[in-house]
Amino acid sequence: MSHSRFPPAPRRSAPALVATLVLALLPIAVAAQSSDWVLPRLPDGMPDLQGNWSNATMTPIVRPPGLGKVLTPDQVTALEQGRQDFIAADYEDSDPNRGAPPAGGQLTGDPIFDAATGGTGGYNQFFVDAGDNIAIYNGEPRSSLIVHPEDGRRAAFTDEGQERVAQRVAFNQQFDQYDNPENRPLAERCIMSFGSNGGPPMLPNYFYNNNYTIVQTPDAVMIMTEMVHDVRVILMGEPQRLPKHMRPWLGDSWGHWEDETLVIETTNLHPDQVLMGMSNASFYPSEEARVIERLTRVSEDQINYEFTIQDPTVFTDQIRGEVPFNRLDGLLYEYACHEANYALENVLRGARSQEERERNENQQDWR
Amino acid sequence: MTILTLRSVTRVACAGFALMGLIPVIISAQSREIPRTAAGHPDMNGIWQTMGNAHWDIEPHTARPALAMQPGPVVPVPANEVLAFGAVGSVPSGYGVVVGGTIPYLSNALATRDENREQWLDRDPEIKCFLPGVPRATYMPFPFQIFQSDAHVAITYEFATAFREIYLEDPGEPQVDSWMGQSFGQWDGDTFVVRVNGMLGDTWLDRAGNFTGFGTTVTERYTMISRDHIMYEAEIDNPETFSEPWTIRMPLYRNIDPNARLGQFKCVEFVEELMYGHLRKNPIRGNGS
Repeated sequence: MSHSRFPPAPRRSAPALVATLVLALLPIAVAAQSSDWVLPRLPDGMPDLQGNWSNATMTPIVRPPGLGKVLTPDQVTALEQGRQDFIAADYEDSDPNRGAPPAGGQLTGDPIFDAATGGTGGYNQFFVDAGDNIAIYNGEPRSSLIVHPEDGRRAAFTDEGQERVAQRVAFNQQFDQYDNPENRPLAERCIMSFGSNGGPPMLPNYFYNNNYTIVQTPDAVMIMTEMVHDVRVILMGEPQRLPKHMRPWLGDSWGHWEDETLVIETTNLHPDQVLMGMSNASFYPSEEARVIERLTRVSEDQINYEFTIQDPTVFTDQIRGEVPFNRLDGLLYEYACHEANYALENVLRGARSQEERERNENQQDWR
Repeated sequence: MTILTLRSVTRVACAGFALMGLIPVIISAQSREIPRTAAGHPDMNGIWQTMGNAHWDIEPHTARPALAMQPGPVVPVPANEVLAFGAVGSVPSGYGVVVGGTIPYLSNALATRDENREQWLDRDPEIKCFLPGVPRATYMPFPFQIFQSDAHVAITYEFATAFREIYLEDPGEPQVDSWMGQSFGQWDGDTFVVRVNGMLGDTWLDRAGNFTGFGTTVTERYTMISRDHIMYEAEIDNPETFSEPWTIRMPLYRNIDPNARLGQFKCVEFVEELMYGHLRKNPIRGNGS
């Protein structure tokens, strides 16, 4: 089965037409809600952002070629129906008489799904909660989460940025990807969530656990990312920045209110933390990187999350994005990844086993 | 040498009784000083930490050379694995936080505790940076931060970024078991009472092998006794492990440094060499298999 993140439009069915009509009515519905809705506030008067939220969506971080910023209703229908078809196909019973999968696994064509499963069926849709809808932001169905640069793609690297990428590639080329635990991805090591879930910026991973809990106090805002139970403590007030050599995972975040918007400015990002992962816009932040996030409650069920990445050492331009955070009804799970991380151990053990087998085979050849 | 006469004893006793009479007044005054939320509940927002040595051993204990020992020619000596730590790896004494002094283990559970103690290096979840569970997270030698609004309460711990939300509406039976369990909190007057269940049975209580076992219910009580102090109690109940419910009690101290902030101790990466080092292509320790 082949599937791309944005597949071609299938023939429209009756439900798809209904969906199109519903989408056409969406701006009206949003407008109606906004006129009746009253922004909930805390006792100190600040907007109430608390609760559980999800940024799961099928809108990718980077805009696919040939699309405008805002999708047409037909495009939305096609994309969401394609997603449903993909899920339905995965739920179909397997053919008991099928042959063995090809060497390297049966790839689906979805790069993220294939990366996570290796095409070997490690996960199926039962385990996946990737986000099955196009992101609606200010009533607009969006083709990408990045909105600046205007083509919806990552800004160009500076010469210094390119040099840093080359240096990292050269460093990594000293090793095979299975040589050491440190050669494996941060998420596989249970150090960070994959796909920049923890952020900043806090972005969907297009697989599962795109969930957050926010608790506010007058002095601090706590944002817990379900994946790897990463907690960001956003201190409110005049920033007292960490020394430059202190670069913790998730960075050093300080917040303040601008009217009804919580503004978070983060510096001191960890040099090995991948930002905007799960996209071809991913990058490692420099020591000068700054991420500015703006959270605005726009309805009972949505927070508008806007982010700006400023890293003049790495990029020729800033990068800005917009992501809807939708209210999540239900409790979050404990993502205790490290405590049962059989994967990392078995990945390394498998590599050592393969090496031993190859050594034995070579020895036999020699004899 | 001072010899107390009957008269002097009487004076001291009288002074003592007089002071005791003042205690309710003092507590009452303290109660007024306790910060409160808009809803009138004690406001526990802030960074807290225990003092003392409960994280080594919650029962009363004298100092000892190390947690891991081996036989010596005269007396036991620190095990090879911890020898290099010297005094840094020694166990300081503690007067214990168990109300009544001793944990009421059932006999087979006591045997397990003793085995745990013998095999501390292999068994203690803290060594592998596993989530600590409740109540151990409270008195590890790391601070934690309480985030409390009138609608939500959450605690995040510096150690391993352990986290738990304390639900203010009963979520019912836990859907799955977890390391930090499921917490449900209610106010009993000025005391925040938290029922914790749904914990996996793998968490320990300290570095001395004390444990609770699967199916444990912990009932915590957080009572602010001043602006900067919380009296913390945790009743631990598991009829499979203990002959009766029992309680630990200790004060929590607010970090009053105006610049205090929670640190980051994501120790997962710190234990990779311990857990996976033998699986490197070229093991540093030379023990690849």
